[in-house]
Order: sequence, then C-alpha cells, then structure tokens
Amino acid sequence: MKLWKSVALAAAMGCVAMSAASAETLKIAYIDPLSGPFGPQGEVGLQEWTYAAEQMNAKGGINGQQVEVIGFDNKINPKESLVQFQKALDQGVRYITQGNGSSVASALIDAVEKHNKRNPGDEVLFLNYAAVDPAFTNDRCSFWHFRFDADADMKMNGVTDWIKAQEDIKKIYIIGQDYSFGKAVAAAAVKFITAKRPDIEIVGNELHPLGKVKDFTPYVQKIISSGADAVITGNWGADMVLLIKAAADAGYDKPILTYYAGSRGVAPAMGAGAVGQVKAIVEGNSNYAPVMTEAQYSYVDGYLASRPDMDFSYPRVQNAMNMLAKAAEKAGSVEPKDVAFAMEGMEIDGGYGKLTMRADNHQILQPLYMVTFSDDVKYDNDDTGLGWANGAADVIPAEATATETTCKMKRPS
Amino acid sequence: METIVFSLLNGVIYGLLLFMLSSGLTLIFSMMGVLNFAHASFYMLGAYFAYTISEVSSFWLALVFAPILVGLVGAAVERWGLRTVHVNGHVAELLFTFGLAYLIDEVVKIIWGRNAVDYRVPELLDFPLFELFGAQYPAYRIFTLFVALAMLVGLWYILNRTRAGLIIQAALSHPHMVGHLGHNVPRIFMTVFGVGCALAGLAGVIGGNYLVTDPAMAVQMGPIVFVVVVVGGLGSLMGAFLAAMLLGLLQTFAVAIDANFADIFGWLGLSATSELGSISIASLAPMIPFLMLVLILMVRPRGLLGDREL
Repeated sequence: MKLWKSVALAAAMGCVAMSAASAETLKIAYIDPLSGPFGPQGEVGLQEWTYAAEQMNAKGGINGQQVEVIGFDNKINPKESLVQFQKALDQGVRYITQGNGSSVASALIDAVEKHNKRNPGDEVLFLNYAAVDPAFTNDRCSFWHFRFDADADMKMNGVTDWIKAQEDIKKIYIIGQDYSFGKAVAAAAVKFITAKRPDIEIVGNELHPLGKVKDFTPYVQKIISSGADAVITGNWGADMVLLIKAAADAGYDKPILTYYAGSRGVAPAMGAGAVGQVKAIVEGNSNYAPVMTEAQYSYVDGYLASRPDMDFSYPRVQNAMNMLAKAAEKAGSVEPKDVAFAMEGMEIDGGYGKLTMRADNHQILQPLYMVTFSDDVKYDNDDTGLGWANGAADVIPAEATATETTCKMKRPS
Repeated sequence: METIVFSLLNGVIYGLLLFMLSSGLTLIFSMMGVLNFAHASFYMLGAYFAYTISEVSSFWLALVFAPILVGLVGAAVERWGLRTVHVNGHVAELLFTFGLAYLIDEVVKIIWGRNAVDYRVPELLDFPLFELFGAQYPAYRIFTLFVALAMLVGLWYILNRTRAGLIIQAALSHPHMVGHLGHNVPRIFMTVFGVGCALAGLAGVIGGNYLVTDPAMAVQMGPIVFVVVVVGGLGSLMGAFLAAMLLGLLQTFAVAIDANFADIFGWLGLSATSELGSISIASLAPMIPFLMLVLILMVRPRGLLGDREL
C-alpha cells in the first residue's frame, strides 16, 4: 500500500515536472503515416522535421524556446488524423504539420478552423509541408493554414513551361493514379498544355487503379503505340517505380515528366537506364552548385551524417522551420495568432533561393527546379550513385510560379 | 494487331509466373487441406534471398540456391510448426499460416528495410531481344518464359513418370489410403510443403526483378494466387495452369483494350459522358481475378478441372 502511494506520488510529481518543462518547449505535432504502406514516406518527413528542430535548438531555439517534434501516426486516414490531432492538443501542442495525402490535410484544416473558433486565445497553426491540392490556397483557404510546397497547379505550370520550349514534342500521354490527386494532375496538364501549346495532341489520358498494377508493360506498350513524345505522370510510390521500370524495359526513351520520381526508393528501380530521361519538379536541388551556400552544404551534410540511410529530400521542411522561427522573432511571441500575422508576406532566404509567403492565400513562392536524373552528382539517391541534376535554364524563378487565387482570406480580429 | 501480339506475349508470361506461384499452393492445398496463407510470403522470401545471393555472387547461383533455401525454410515450417498445430485441426492450421505470413512480412522489413531493394536483371540478359512495332522486348521476359516452361515440364515429369510422383498423386486424391498403405505420410507432407515453397521461391527469384522486390509484394500477390487455385480446381495442376493462363491473358488484354462501357453498350443508349458509360475496360483489369472467383464459385464450385468439392 505504501509502495503504491509513493509510486502515485512520484507519477504526480513527474507530471508536474513535465508540464513545467513543456512551458519552455515549442511542440510541433507531426501527424502523418508512420506505419503501413506509406510508413516509409512518413518516416522520411519525421526525420527531416526532427533534424530541422535539432538544428534550430543548436542555434538557441525559437525565441529561446527549445523545439520538439512529436510524431503522431495517422495511418494516412482522415478520421484517425482527427483522433491524433486531439491527442496532440491534449499534450499542449499549438503547431501541427502534415503532408501525405490531401484528403488528410483537408480534414485537418477543418478541424483546426473549428478548434480555433471555439478556443480563442488557444489557437493552433497548421504548417502544411506537402499536401498539394490547389483548393487549400484557393476556395478553401484558411488563415490558420500555411503551405510550404508548390501546389499541383504550380508544379504543372513549371512542367508545361518546359514542354513549351521543346519544339519536337508533338504528342503527349498523361497517365496517373485513379483518385483525386491523379485526376487533379491530369486536369491541370490538359489545361496548361492546351493554353501554352495548342498544337500538341494529347494522345492518351489514362487513370490506372491506385497501387494495384504489378506490371505496367501493357500500359507502356499503349503509350509507345500511341506515338507519344513525352509522358506526364503524377504517380508516386510503387506506381512510380513500376511504371518507370516497365518503360525502361520496353525501350521507351522519350522524356518522362514526374512530380515524385525523387522520392525514396525510386532511384534503385530506375537504374542507370533512366539517366537523362526522367525529370521531376522539386523545390530545391543540392546538386546545383551555383545556389548552394556553405551553410546549406553543412546543413545537408549534417543530415546525411546523422541519418546515414536517408537522403536529404525535403528542403520545404527546412524552409518551414526557418520561417516559423523568423516569424516568431518578428512577432516577439510564439502565440500562433501573432506568428501567423507575422508570417503573412514574409520574405526570407531559403537554402535554395528566396522564399515569400503570400499574404493573400498563404501559399509559399519559391524557385522550382526542373531536375533530370543523372549519373554525375554530388548527392545521390538511395546509395545508387545516381541522383538529380539541373542547369541554370531549369530553374523557374519564384515569381513565375505564382498563380491567381480565388482565396478570400478571413482574418481574426 | 500489335496490341494482340504484345498482350498475348505479356499475358502468357504473367500467366506462367502465376502458375509457378500457384502450383505449389495447389499441391499443398489439395494434399494437406491447408490453405497456406503464407504462400505468397515464400514467394517474397525467394525474391529477397535471390537479391542477397546475387549481391555477393551471381544471379545464376541465386537461381539455384534461393529456391532451395526457401524450400528448406518451408520444410522446417512444416516439420516444427504446422505438424504440431495439425492435431488441433484445420482452423488452427489456417490461423498458423495467417500469422506466419505477418511474421515473414515483419522479418523481411527488419532485415531488408521497408523499401524496395535494387534487385536487378542479370547483365547477361539485360538487352532487348527483338523489336516489334517500335517497342523493344527485353530478353529477360523470354528467359522467364523458358524457366517457367522448364519448371512446368519438370513438374509434369516428376508427378507422372516417377514413383515419388505416383505417391504424391495418390495422396492428392486419396490422402488417407496412402497412409494406410504404409507410406510415411508426414514425410510426404513435409516434402510437398518444402517443394511447394521452393516453387514459390523460384517464382520469387524470377518475378522479383521482373516486377519489384519490396515488403508489399506478398500482400499484393497473395489474393491472386488463391483465385488461381480455386478457379483451377482443387488438386488439379492442369486446372491451376489453365486458370493462371486465363487470368494472365484476360488481365493484360483488358488493359490493352481502349474502350469504355459506352463503346460496347452504346446501342442500349449508354452515353460516354454518363457515370457508367465512362468506365473504361482497362480500369476493370484488377477486378477480373475476383470476378472470376465469384463466378466460378457460383457456377462451378469445384473449379475448372477439380474433382473434389471445396
């Protein structure tokens, strides 16, 4: 009996001690899949956020507060995400971040809006590092949501700018995954191509089942017999790997334009055969020496040294952390509301170019890089010796990526 | 024309790969009555073993030793796992293999990581064999075809022309009688389980670099293999072969056909812009195996060539 009492007392003391400590830390809840088929992707994000926090803490933290990133496994499920969001709130979290799946981001935006309306003075801020549905910074924009990745339309704008300059591309094949994202990519591709190069014929616009196709050879043969000069795809994960593998096997040597060929696990599947052929649109490239500073090299090298089996792949996480710190400094507070106001229209130097947070819709503007798979790189992917390279002409200036917005931002008084 | 030729080639190869995988399962299922949920996991093990062996030596050694290793693992599972569970009946066995599948999944993730490994086609076979209608055809695919055919012939020979095959055949249709005749039925079971797993392992060696080697490959392949066994019919290798080919061809042809419901049922007044009319035949491809399963169970529960009711 006595023992139990002392245990209970110790536990209570522990709680008190912990909450005392938490007043000194700024907690960021990372709500993303950490298990299941999308676990590997989620793990990459968590590692980059944790590293960004470590770096920030080494410099003295945000406004003197230490930053702590806590992972919450949402199993890429919107409902589960709301449960995890509540759990995060119970732990006193005021900042959340998420990226995998626009369906999840949509649920979280709603949840944050509701919470902030009901709990004035206890608001939460959502730092979106990868969910790219254009709606979040247009019709559905929220004061409490900031996006640090280019949206699907902005990326497609960049891809089609590249196509525009390629005189020999006359026919294009669009292939994607059969769900909201794949459809959004296809719609954006059709929209931009017909506007920029009306002479290009779209010879195929196909959606395949998400994650169920094991052999893409029949699709690739359809692409080849359609006579397409280039392929556009928003595929990611295994669908990306298998599509590219089948294309290489069938000897398809025309450009393949992608969003996510740079993600983990794709490089080994592509192999040396895809060098020069596969392109991706990203927000930073450590292999592009002209843009790299000493500080950025040491940031990337530090990451690779502390996580030897990872590649540095999310500059946007670094950007989000830095902008959060700058905004908190400018506001002189870590209150989400003050930080959000400070972040609007903020300009800082990112690792790969200047960053501007648009005030009208909370979409970041940053240079985009049209990178090409290469065997001559400083930083390779998945230890294959292959990675991504680009030239000066492949850098799209930040201003050029801006799109018009339909957002009517409602700001708290 | 080119669509037909390519679909035929791809369909036959995919079908043969499916058969390689399901032949072992048919043998095990029909002899021991155990629906081996872990069968596709042995397929995955084959691919991972082959990857590791070909890393340190060569693909050709992997081709020989990876299936043997998988077979040994399978035999060990039967000897020290299934056999003990067997006394508790079929449900226990079923649950055992179910758990085993998850166990193998996790072990693979721990050893080889959660991502796809770089298991490549051997350099010797990494060239386009011929070009048809502007698309190259990789030599490795044709190699797959030959390995599968060799396995088919070998299996047929063992089952139909050797004494061991005779006993297995007998055990397939009359398992109790074989036991009564004094054969060591547990040992036959262990051998068949081992060989069945080795065949799945061989499919893994071939399929791992033909498709992709990652921890999800077992989960993706598992259900389709069951469809092949059930559609083919219990205890019938020929049935499994037919079902595998049928499935392979149907799936590849469905993808290749550029039509939607409106094109086919247009005469009924179905428009291409309606919800139903805009469904393309290609998008139905992943559904075909399961449609086949449901139809077969409704129309002919013992499968195409099966002689026993399920």
